[in-house]
Amino acid sequence: MTLVLTALILATIAAAFFFGRHLAVARTGAAVSASFSDRAHSLPAYHGYFAAWSVGLAAFVAVAVGWLLRDKIEPSVIAVLILATIGLGFAFSYRKIGPRFRARNIVEGFVKAVLLLCSGVAVLTTLGIVLSLVFESFRFFEQVPIFDFLTGLQWSPQTALREDQAGQSGAFGAVPIFTGTFMIMLVAMFVAAPIGLLIAIYLSEYASKRTRALVKPMIEILAGVPTVVYGFFALLTVGPTIRGFAESLGFGVPTQSAIAAGSVMGVMIIPFISSLSDDVINAVPQTLRDGSYALGATKSETMTKVIFPAALPGIIGALLLAVSRAVGETMIVVMAAGRAANLTGNPFEAVTTVTVQIVSLLTGDQEFDSPKTLAAFALGLVLFVITLALNVVALLIVRKYRERYE
Amino acid sequence: MSQSTSAASVHNSDQALKRLKARKSAESRFRFFGIGAIFAAVLMLGWLLNSIVGTGYTAFYQHYMTIDVELTESIVDPDGVRDPDELRKANFRKIMQEAIYARFPEVTDRKEKIALFKVISASGATDQARQMVYQNPSLVGETLTLSVPTSDDVDQLLKGYIDRNAPEARRKVTDQQIAWVDALKATGEIKSKFNWTFFTATDSRDPELAGIAGAVVGSLMALFVAFVVSVPVGVGAAVYLEEFAPQNRFTDFVEININNLAAVPSIVFGLLGLAVFLNFFGMPRSAPLVGGLVLALMTLPTIIIATRSALRAVSPSIVDGALSLGASHTQAVFHHKVPLAAPGILTGSIIGIAQALGETAPLLMIGMVAFVTEIPSTLTEPASALPVQIFLWSDSAERAWAERTSAAIIVLLTVLITMNAVAIFLRNKLERRW
Repeated sequence: MTLVLTALILATIAAAFFFGRHLAVARTGAAVSASFSDRAHSLPAYHGYFAAWSVGLAAFVAVAVGWLLRDKIEPSVIAVLILATIGLGFAFSYRKIGPRFRARNIVEGFVKAVLLLCSGVAVLTTLGIVLSLVFESFRFFEQVPIFDFLTGLQWSPQTALREDQAGQSGAFGAVPIFTGTFMIMLVAMFVAAPIGLLIAIYLSEYASKRTRALVKPMIEILAGVPTVVYGFFALLTVGPTIRGFAESLGFGVPTQSAIAAGSVMGVMIIPFISSLSDDVINAVPQTLRDGSYALGATKSETMTKVIFPAALPGIIGALLLAVSRAVGETMIVVMAAGRAANLTGNPFEAVTTVTVQIVSLLTGDQEFDSPKTLAAFALGLVLFVITLALNVVALLIVRKYRERYE
Repeated sequence: MSQSTSAASVHNSDQALKRLKARKSAESRFRFFGIGAIFAAVLMLGWLLNSIVGTGYTAFYQHYMTIDVELTESIVDPDGVRDPDELRKANFRKIMQEAIYARFPEVTDRKEKIALFKVISASGATDQARQMVYQNPSLVGETLTLSVPTSDDVDQLLKGYIDRNAPEARRKVTDQQIAWVDALKATGEIKSKFNWTFFTATDSRDPELAGIAGAVVGSLMALFVAFVVSVPVGVGAAVYLEEFAPQNRFTDFVEININNLAAVPSIVFGLLGLAVFLNFFGMPRSAPLVGGLVLALMTLPTIIIATRSALRAVSPSIVDGALSLGASHTQAVFHHKVPLAAPGILTGSIIGIAQALGETAPLLMIGMVAFVTEIPSTLTEPASALPVQIFLWSDSAERAWAERTSAAIIVLLTVLITMNAVAIFLRNKLERRW
């Protein structure tokens, strides 16, 4: 039904295009396009587009109104209404089209309006994210005070079904989650920052063109591997390897640990840091290098004492962007970091993160109004605010630094 | 005289030479660290690929047992009506049990019989017999030769992943089962074949019957929706911002928005989908339509940024030429600039869609984690997606599941690499420089 209706309306719009084009040619009295453009303002096709737009818009409005009133009015009345509006669209074009009519300007105005709507989608998406997160979090904070949420040390979101159920306190203190997120981020940065920076330095200052062409794509592959694959790698290989290594040293480590998830996440972030810092290092003016070499400095001295300090703000910006990546990363931690909220400073234990908790609160059975479901949105809001702040600060630093050398 | 010696000694004295040596070794150390870092990254990539491919490649073949099955009428169709719908409910498990007991008549003990039946995949074998009889009721009473999948434990044993020397209590197959399997293998009744099931079947509780077809179709549907929504909208937004937008606050606001959206964690898009598409608009849970919409919003920034840089790369002389010949601004943009930027737009779109294909977290939020055993046929039916299937399978501890998870990852990575290679090829082939 919907499909037939859509096809019919599309066919009508196509008919309107040919109607408008034909009408323009007929009223101008010239079929050949060269003589046509001497006599009329717009080319025939624009008249056609104009008719198509008029009819299309009319049909769209009529269908929308009909859909809204579908319960109150008879379907036959709606059909007549739609047909009448389409007829109005045709009549409007019939009146307007002629050699003096500026069809092109109007059609171009339409096109611009549509393009403006397209870029509005980005704004709407942000608006949707902010509104949905804030709205649901607000409902959560009506049930659980925001202060308890941000400073509580106990996280066990399962609400008790019976009074005497043990360990099901329904506590929403998010501090263990924040510390877990922070620790995994720290492990990841501990792996990614030195490796990523050194790769960027080597590729920009030392490597020959051929080495660059060979190594860069290989590093890029690391960025293209889906996170669920990294998660499985951490679970299948890295976790057991770390456990085995720790056991051979004589202490026990669970397969799901902060160190396993964090180090694999670090590998994921390496290309991110290396390509961003590469840009930053390349943006340092060549004159600084030349000056340093002229004073007799070696490449490494130039790098550490001249270029690195000059590029430092940009590198800090890059690292902050990487931190925001690490904080928002989901699949690796869901698969390899564990789910129990553990307030610990030991990276060899299982910890949980904001993203893991969002996933575990929202997958499986859920009731929409329970604090358990709403808590996920509160955590999402925290995540959104943190990543946004990190990005804004990083971009400000990078922009400020860029201006200095321009 | 003494002055010149001291000046020379600044560069030639033992101390100076020592300093120089230290500086040179610092230089080579630094260089070595750089190479070491690259090596470490490449090594991790190699380790990752090696561990996935090493675990997964064996899932592409599987062991099947050829077995004679007598479709005894008294079991399959005791009433003798040959009604397909009645036949479907018949006790095919019993039929398969009888078939395998008949192959080893010396086994009489009840416990041993149970162990013997565990050599083949119970549901795989019964489903196969059931389907054949349902489609062709006249087979009742005849003896068929079927090729049925072995159970996952036997399959793993024959692939060499179960240690035969381990104590019997600690392995999943008994000594007796090993003896049966070896006998069947020796006579050629158990053979390994290419595992078509993996590509044609949907999710299942039994690893030997599980496949990725449902997940692949779900992914394709979601990607189709994502492509249809995000490419026109993204290109439109980019053309507007690059060509028509006035320099004002609204434009700045949109630009900041797009840059921030590119950095929003994917799981937040999932929350958006849950709150807006599911709860507010009441769209169906687990549907590829919703998944595709969420992925579309996620890829939008990528496509906008790629399109803008492609538009910027078109030489301004093209537009100037069009304008000087009397084209309007819109005509110059749509007739000349956008077509010339098309290769760049296409490349950016492919890369964006490839990212969307690997994305998992937002799909979890909108419920695409259901256990779906049918290939979805419409956009609003519950479906899974390939990365989500990988996530679901990765939860199961058994070796057979790890193998299939890795195989699904191999498929996913192959598709991703192909998409990116096509994008790079198109860029090199179609790119024009002015």
